[in-house]
Amino acid sequence: MSKGQKLLNWIDDRFPLSSMLKEHVTEYYAPKNFNFWYFFGSLAMLVLVIQIVTGIFLTMNYKPDGTLNGAGIPVAFASVEYIMRDVAGGWIIRYMHSTGASMFFVVVYLHMFRGLIYGSYKQPRELVWVFGCLIFLCLMAEAFMGYLLPWGQMSFWGAQVIVNLFGSIPVIGPDLSVWIRGDFVVSDATLNRFFALHVIAVPLVLLALVVAHLIALHEVGSNNPDGVEIKKLKDEKGIPLDGIPFHPYYTVKDIFGVAVFLIVFSAIVFFLPEMGGYFLEHPNFDQADPLKTPPHIAPVWYFTPFYAILRAIPSFLGTQVWGVIGMGAAVVVIAFLPWLDRSPIKSIRYRGPKFKFMLVLFIIAFIGLGMLGAMPPTAGRTLISQILSFVYFAFFLGMPFYTKNDVGSVPVPTRVTETNGKRQLQFLVLVAVTIIAAYLFGTNV
Amino acid sequence: MSEQQVDTGRRRFLTVATSAVGGVAVAGVATPFLMSFFPSERAKAAGAPVEVDISKLEPGQKINVEWRGKPVWLLSRTKQQIADLPKNDPKLADPKSEVEQQPKYCQNEGRSIKPELLVAVGICTHLGCSPTFRPDLAPADLGPEWLGGFYCPCHGSKFDLAARVFKGVPAPKNLEIPPHKYLSDTRLLIGDDK
Repeated sequence: MSKGQKLLNWIDDRFPLSSMLKEHVTEYYAPKNFNFWYFFGSLAMLVLVIQIVTGIFLTMNYKPDGTLNGAGIPVAFASVEYIMRDVAGGWIIRYMHSTGASMFFVVVYLHMFRGLIYGSYKQPRELVWVFGCLIFLCLMAEAFMGYLLPWGQMSFWGAQVIVNLFGSIPVIGPDLSVWIRGDFVVSDATLNRFFALHVIAVPLVLLALVVAHLIALHEVGSNNPDGVEIKKLKDEKGIPLDGIPFHPYYTVKDIFGVAVFLIVFSAIVFFLPEMGGYFLEHPNFDQADPLKTPPHIAPVWYFTPFYAILRAIPSFLGTQVWGVIGMGAAVVVIAFLPWLDRSPIKSIRYRGPKFKFMLVLFIIAFIGLGMLGAMPPTAGRTLISQILSFVYFAFFLGMPFYTKNDVGSVPVPTRVTETNGKRQLQFLVLVAVTIIAAYLFGTNV
Repeated sequence: MSEQQVDTGRRRFLTVATSAVGGVAVAGVATPFLMSFFPSERAKAAGAPVEVDISKLEPGQKINVEWRGKPVWLLSRTKQQIADLPKNDPKLADPKSEVEQQPKYCQNEGRSIKPELLVAVGICTHLGCSPTFRPDLAPADLGPEWLGGFYCPCHGSKFDLAARVFKGVPAPKNLEIPPHKYLSDTRLLIGDDK
């Protein structure tokens, strides 16, 4: 027996190292027909690691202090400038962190969309989906609180608006928003607690949820583009006929995805860190001024679809809580997808025309709302936001009706099929056309 | 092993009792942590009244004063602006200021102690942005019937020059009028009226 084997045995007698590796990596059988869409789960893990590592290094020079320094500049704002200008390598660490925040949402939105088109939320993967939705919620909280830390104009007024959302809840609202802020306005107290929550509390919850998400996934096994349960057909050794071990097959595939992703990521960090005001908004280069709201407030791009829903709903009966409820419901309703979808068919490949039609409408609504949420409100835009908000909710709440008896022309196969390149291309073209159409529509009103 | 019977009833009672007492302890321990989120004594004490000199305020001019970290507007209205106020009444959500957003002595057409000076907290009652002062008549973006007022850039809420909210905008209430009093003709105290 080699020395390495002896050491491994010594460890295995005390800690289940080999069996864990087998269960989750070398003998975790994943369907062999994963395509492009299956890169985004592992990429989300990569971005999480980037955020944690860059975040740790940022805290070494960042100061969560909203008071003014000798030059009349808030200490927190000045410390971010200090990181950018005076700390060796500081600018690249910060741009990695700010780009990472936006890229996190890019990969998570694509990851969620994958689940949507291939029915990855359906029985028996309901809890995988629910844990995923909780991760999404944590991510939103994490991004929101992190955005306050640079203490620029958008940081300040964005936090002011979002915290005041809670203030619109009847009876307890005003006290609740004071409780969240720790002051009567967004202030140093708010900055300090958001810092604590951003660097410790939420990341811990996030990590725990990621573990739960993966454990639940490995318990039930991965779905695939055909929506076929590979565990139904196994060979004499109990290995799924359509399964291949995660390592080396998918580790190698994911490394390729990581390489492509890092090329894009680095290009943004080096050449487009502000992304034209979408990743880092221009007013945030001004220090927070509690007496002056910037002329146009918009959240960062990843919140704009939900923000547009908030703005679309007017106040009535003397309260504006309806918009807040609408925005909250838009996020929460996603978690109920497993129970709203009544179709026995998982994958879009074998679904009927009704689901495909509604999905296209949903894509238009989500992207359209995202663009409207970034623009200043006008009467016409508000009306379109209202229509698109209706479509957004109709996609989810209408699901029990339109997914019933909605069967495609091709029956679901018993084994996974080879990926049809032409069909994938058609699909990507459809998504691209939808995005361009929604974009043209959104900018012309 | 003895064949002793397990008293399941007793065991259940002890489990429930231990959980209940433990729950009370958890709630007790959670209290200081939750309480620590409320404003500290220092934050509460920072809300002291502010004294302002208004002798240099010209008609039509607006200045901002900070009180409790919030912007407070002092707007000196012109005679024309005061005369125009009632014209907005049919378009307003609460023209008579019936919702308690002002001290009793400011529940009038101008929502002020003296008609010419408006004192208002410049924080939109929707989600807390600070509306922009738009005294210009009939600007392109606000329509031909605009008689001057405040426009919130965040979500498009509109207020007239008495800080009263228009109908059909996201903001549900008129802007808040803070307690204030005149110490003399030229000195104003914001935050206290006693």
